[in-house]
Amino acid sequence: MLEFMQQIVNGLSLGAIYALIALGYTMVYGIIKLINFAHGDIMMVGAFVGFFSVTMLGVNIFVALLAAMAFCALLGVAIEKVAYKPLRQSTRIAALITAIGVSLFLEYVMVYFFTPNQRVFPAETFSLHNYHIAGLVISNKDMFVFGSAIILMIILQYIIKRTRTGKAMRAVSIDQEAAVLMGISVDKTISITFAIGSALAAAAGVLIGIYYNTINPLMGIIPGLKAFVAAVLGGIGIIPGAMVGGFVMGMLETMVSGYGSSLYRDAVAFGVLILILLIKPSGLFGKNTGEKV
Amino acid sequence: MQTIIKNWNWRKFVFEVLVLTGIFMLIQYGISNGLLNSYHQINLSSMCINIMLAVSLSLINGFTGQLSLGHAGFMAVGAYTSVVMTNMLGQPFILGILMACLMAGLAGFIIGVPTLRLKGDYLAIATLGFGEIIRVVLQNIDYVGGPAGILGITQLTTWPWLFAATVLTVVVIVNLINSSYGRAIISVREDEIASELMGINTTYYKVLAFVIGAMFAGLAGAMYAHYFYIIKPGTFNFMKSFDILVMVVLGGLGSTTGAVIAAIFITLLTAALQKWAAIRMILYAFILIVIMIYRPQGLMGNKELTTKTFGRVWGDKK
Repeated sequence: MLEFMQQIVNGLSLGAIYALIALGYTMVYGIIKLINFAHGDIMMVGAFVGFFSVTMLGVNIFVALLAAMAFCALLGVAIEKVAYKPLRQSTRIAALITAIGVSLFLEYVMVYFFTPNQRVFPAETFSLHNYHIAGLVISNKDMFVFGSAIILMIILQYIIKRTRTGKAMRAVSIDQEAAVLMGISVDKTISITFAIGSALAAAAGVLIGIYYNTINPLMGIIPGLKAFVAAVLGGIGIIPGAMVGGFVMGMLETMVSGYGSSLYRDAVAFGVLILILLIKPSGLFGKNTGEKV
Repeated sequence: MQTIIKNWNWRKFVFEVLVLTGIFMLIQYGISNGLLNSYHQINLSSMCINIMLAVSLSLINGFTGQLSLGHAGFMAVGAYTSVVMTNMLGQPFILGILMACLMAGLAGFIIGVPTLRLKGDYLAIATLGFGEIIRVVLQNIDYVGGPAGILGITQLTTWPWLFAATVLTVVVIVNLINSSYGRAIISVREDEIASELMGINTTYYKVLAFVIGAMFAGLAGAMYAHYFYIIKPGTFNFMKSFDILVMVVLGGLGSTTGAVIAAIFITLLTAALQKWAAIRMILYAFILIVIMIYRPQGLMGNKELTTKTFGRVWGDKK
């Protein structure tokens, strides 16, 4: 039982990271119905910005986190303006291919400038310390990752539920045309959505850098895919769904590594996804919408 | 049968056979006389394999309208099956190819029946998931070398094999699309509910297209494995599926000739950018984005390039 509890604790911080990435996916999907495949790579860029802020500017990890978020918010808006906006009226598959193109572009620009090698976060960034609580081992690293993720999620929830911007975002995602008629600037709202989603991804990038200790230009692919699975699991387009989906994925992954074979980790993640899709295609939190002719 | 013979367009048929034989002989001549060096031959083989993959995926994505992101998985099934047959069980190549098609088709059936109930993005992500599961499972089977894959496969894929396989793929799929089955398949793409009301068993046609597409992906996999000596699970990850999807979309969804042209174009582009290895992927991504922004319907749209088009160019009224 204690071991099981320990696995849950381990899964929580990974789950929090997945949840942060999944939120960006779900927000973008909710508003423009695009699977933003470049999202995982924005996370990677965030990790690099965080890394260079720590190593070259010598700032502490909180400042690095904020710097990464600010940089990636701008990057996300720029990507949306340049690559996705011209395609808003064309087929969804064209937009999907463009997203794949943007993803490859970010990955290989980073490979070109920073080599594909692993980079290690300097040890002094975060002095590891283990706490023993009721027989469980909890490191300050886990606490930091989990805590920051939760704080960011609370802020996001506040923005979406309590501010005018959030109201506009919800309106655009429900019905874009009606939102325009109500005097909401759709372009501005979409840009804000990209900015917030990308900032969350950047935060996840820095946290994943701390969690695994290493970063490289191709690190965004797999967590990006898993976070997308998490978003679908919770019901894509639904914000609480993405959070729950992220935690479920994180837990599942640590459970499979802990009790089964870590080699099958990725397969199990996708297996669960397929099961969910077959049983309840709209995801855990999704509502079944009837098909209209 | 009589009407078929009466309606059979002999002129077109003879013309096509002549053109194909011409292409085949020309390249065969080039290879046997050393005019085409091994660099050319490798690109030629990738080109043929890419055409097979793109045309088979265009049947699923372009004509049936079912967005699949797991095509590399079927290619992997074909590649591994054929290698197990030839290298490990010592069977002739043709048997390996047949088994590859059969197993890939079976995989397509097993995956297609449950997932094709889903639509759009959900189908895309489910097929992506299945493709990845195939890869992870292969990674964990020690009999086929685990993550390292299989090395030292006998090179059995020769130009005649490649050519035959490519022509077979294109001919079968084009004829399927032009048959009554094809019309049913296209009606599923245009409007699933309407075609269901017209009495078309949509599930049947979707699964049929999926299985046939998977079979030819398996064929391409068998050709790939026996040309490049080495297969490993990492080759068949979702990036490979994306590559194939890019060809199909670039060519234009619902255009077989578009898929063929895009496959040739992408292969040549990849080969041309080989010299600038460092910026190759950056350029590739850049070109992809630019084409999608300025021509989102792909190079050909849903139009076909046929002998008729050439006839029109030459002023043939018929």
